[in-house]
Amino acid sequence: MSHYYTDVDHFALLPAILLALFGCAIFLFDFLLGERSRRWHLMLVLPGLAITGWHLWKQGQIAPFTAFHGVLTIDAFGLFFNWLFLLTAALVAVISYRYLEIEDEHQGEYYGLVLMAQAGAYFLAVGTELITIFVGMETMGISFYVLVGFLRRSRRSNEAALKYLILGAFSSGILAYGFSILYGIAGSTYLTDIAVAVAARPAFDPLTILAILTVSAGILFKISAAPFHMWAPDVYEGAPTAVTAYLAVGSKIASLALLLRLFLGPLGSAREAWEPLLALAAIASLTVGNLAAVTQTNAKRMLAYSSIAHAGYLLLGLVAGNTTGLQGIAIYSGAYVFMTIGAFLVLMAVHGEEIDDLNGFARRHPVYAVPMVVFLLSLAGLPPTAGFLGKYYIFLALIESGRYVLALVGAAYVAVALFYYFRLVRSMFLLPTIEVERPKASSLGLRVALGTTGLVTLGAGIYPEPFLQLAMRSLLK
Amino acid sequence: MPWLTALLALPLVGLIVLLAIPGKARNLVRLWANAVLLAGLGLALPLWQSFDRTANGYQFVDRMQWIPTLGAQFLLGIDGISLLLVLLTSLLGPIAALASWNAIEERTKEFYAMLLLLQFGMLGLFLSLDLLLFFVFFEVVLVPMYFLIGIWGGERRLYAAIKFFLYTLAGSVVLLLGIIALYWQGGLHLARPTFEITELLKLQLALDVQRWLFWAFFVGFAIKVPMVPFHTWLPDAHTEAPTAGSVLLAGVLLKMGTYGFVRLSLPLFPEAAREAAPILAVLSIVAILYGALISLMQQDWKRLVAYSSVSHMGFCTLGLAALNSNGIAGSVLQQFNHGISTSLLFLLVGFVYERRHTRQIADFGGLAVVMPRFAFVFAVAVFSSSGLPLLNGFIGEFTILQGAFIVSRTWAAFAVFGIVLGAAYLLWLYQRTMLGDLRNEANRGLADLSLREWATVLPLLMLALAIGVYPKPWFAVLERPVLEIVGRFGR
Repeated sequence: MSHYYTDVDHFALLPAILLALFGCAIFLFDFLLGERSRRWHLMLVLPGLAITGWHLWKQGQIAPFTAFHGVLTIDAFGLFFNWLFLLTAALVAVISYRYLEIEDEHQGEYYGLVLMAQAGAYFLAVGTELITIFVGMETMGISFYVLVGFLRRSRRSNEAALKYLILGAFSSGILAYGFSILYGIAGSTYLTDIAVAVAARPAFDPLTILAILTVSAGILFKISAAPFHMWAPDVYEGAPTAVTAYLAVGSKIASLALLLRLFLGPLGSAREAWEPLLALAAIASLTVGNLAAVTQTNAKRMLAYSSIAHAGYLLLGLVAGNTTGLQGIAIYSGAYVFMTIGAFLVLMAVHGEEIDDLNGFARRHPVYAVPMVVFLLSLAGLPPTAGFLGKYYIFLALIESGRYVLALVGAAYVAVALFYYFRLVRSMFLLPTIEVERPKASSLGLRVALGTTGLVTLGAGIYPEPFLQLAMRSLLK
Repeated sequence: MPWLTALLALPLVGLIVLLAIPGKARNLVRLWANAVLLAGLGLALPLWQSFDRTANGYQFVDRMQWIPTLGAQFLLGIDGISLLLVLLTSLLGPIAALASWNAIEERTKEFYAMLLLLQFGMLGLFLSLDLLLFFVFFEVVLVPMYFLIGIWGGERRLYAAIKFFLYTLAGSVVLLLGIIALYWQGGLHLARPTFEITELLKLQLALDVQRWLFWAFFVGFAIKVPMVPFHTWLPDAHTEAPTAGSVLLAGVLLKMGTYGFVRLSLPLFPEAAREAAPILAVLSIVAILYGALISLMQQDWKRLVAYSSVSHMGFCTLGLAALNSNGIAGSVLQQFNHGISTSLLFLLVGFVYERRHTRQIADFGGLAVVMPRFAFVFAVAVFSSSGLPLLNGFIGEFTILQGAFIVSRTWAAFAVFGIVLGAAYLLWLYQRTMLGDLRNEANRGLADLSLREWATVLPLLMLALAIGVYPKPWFAVLERPVLEIVGRFGR
């Protein structure tokens, strides 16, 4: 095996390097310039993301290719998810500015950590070697632990960070244990080798099952799927709202990419062992998420529970196991980025977290309330929105593969979901306005992000063809 | 000329322009919304002239690519069945808008925006020949109706609005699964997967597949109609909705369910439909009798009218269950008739409510003394609804009974009893509100129908009489499409 690195290797690593470099640059500027650096943060984040994006696009020109002898695999799948991370990070960065100002925590580290988290996520999507994947996972995780506790003076934010740290560290341990078993099976940390070794073992081999159990436990924690979801409501509620959005979207989608990479790659031959497991996790997530969301009075907490339910739908796509299911996951994830960030950014604009804080919001600020209806309809999965397409594909995949009961369960929860999502609409449109006019945490960035997410969520529902082509192409290559 | 596309786009364009009008200019908002809806009627009426009654299949077809990846198209077209429902929608839209002129003082602009969005959704549903498009419109109407009930409704509007939404949605997700499963079957057996209804009709589905799909579609449509036992959302939604909402809800939205049966369930799954027909018939008869009995008990004028819809829609579904040309043609015509007569009843309740702000039947009595013209219109509405000869309701119900009689005398016997009950509760309502002495002093100064109110009821009155006296042209439109559907049962 050669030990020389080629240009291709650097090229494959470049997006992560760029993200880390820009992240460090922000740390440095913040340290050197202090207060004066504020205005430079976004000026560094957005170009950083743009340059990263340009390199992702260049990678796409020659994909698929492997680097470092199979440590990284730059393929359409990985690129698709990296594009989603990029969009997520950009949206989160622009909506955070005013929010941090209001919370009086306007520190440069915030933006640096956002980029660092994305650098870690990069390896979850394209990494094909266990140690690389694990390091990526931890880079992302540690960035998020700090981000969740970013409101230093808020007790809830600190509590959330501590909870997330302890439970997250625990789940990482379990994941590492699972990786060690995979290594034990194959004698190698490369996914290609593990695939061969796992396929050679008999069906329902105890060691493989143990690996599946531990690995899926570690990843299900990250995507906040039941039964490893307990942290999500507390952390989502306590974290700064912009970070909640980032966590709900970025962290979840990145871990989902890893789940797909592992379970369709090296563990693909053990499908009969993990499929019932994930099906159960999916059903449990749908049930816990949707039913618990109904009784919430805090909007962030409600969206946290609903994001558990969304994890369930995404898992159903994997359970269906056909091409349609994968397309469904891709489309669902894409829609999820826009509708979830959209919903959270409207909550940021309200600058209130209780559902009652939204009372009469539509009368005062229809420009925010009307897109919110679109986001909520999309989250529930009603046409003509992007969320409908995602659910449509997942249901189609389940029906194609003969899993009618799963399809029916998934469909039934749409009605439940609409009930709690529309409690927000009820507050905004039907209830009388509250007396106290709250400060509105709006900014140019927030409005641009609102326009973008709203247009995509609705546009992809009304004329989905280009979006479908995009998702299709990302997986077929 | 893409006639149907223009007809469909008009309310949407009107809505976009409306958003540009400042909300403070309330009369301008009202004027614009009314003008748009009236223009829509103007665009729809010539369809009646140009429609070719001797041609098979769909007419005025507009076809555009929409989602080629899925095989979904933007495909519009009408046959006789949808023609009637499109005309009904185009007529009731402006009537509902005009009836709300004085009633909606608060958030006027939003109200008319929702009305236009609703009109767009309703027209789209009856025009679309693509199953996915159909489903999208099936869902699109829910949102504006939710707001119409929830913002401008009565006291229990919050409860009624979400109940309406959830019930219909619960049904439509099952319908969605059915649509997806049908699409998948199409993908297996047809040249390429498609949502085009005429293509899907070519499928030869096995009986057990048909059965599953029929019942999946059934859940979606039966809740919408609503058939017993799915009817419990209806009285709340109809009673709490503002007049315009009630008119469109009863006049048009309920027909989406029966239209779904005629357009999709029956022709797509004929064998399963034949199997299920007795069940449908029994449910329909239960609805007819149960709805009528409940109506007899009501103390609330509007709630009585709402429950009467359960009974009358039972006739429409009974006609479908007969699966013969009389039954189906009668059912479609009765859908049109019910749209006219129930809208009249709701409009009149609304007029009274605007004057007195109560709907309790006990608060009225002897209104004929102070409002003779109102009493006259109300009498016609009551007679039309209870099926008096020479008015529209008679024609529809009679044809349905004919159809039912051919299949089973028992069905017909029970249904006839429903007509008797229908006459009973409607006439009793008339007696309690209009006749006798003026008991309640508060009713003394009530004004009779205004010119605007006449304008809303007159077209409906004339139609009721026209259909009742000379129903032939209406059946002529229905002949071809109904024969086509019935033909599918023969195979």
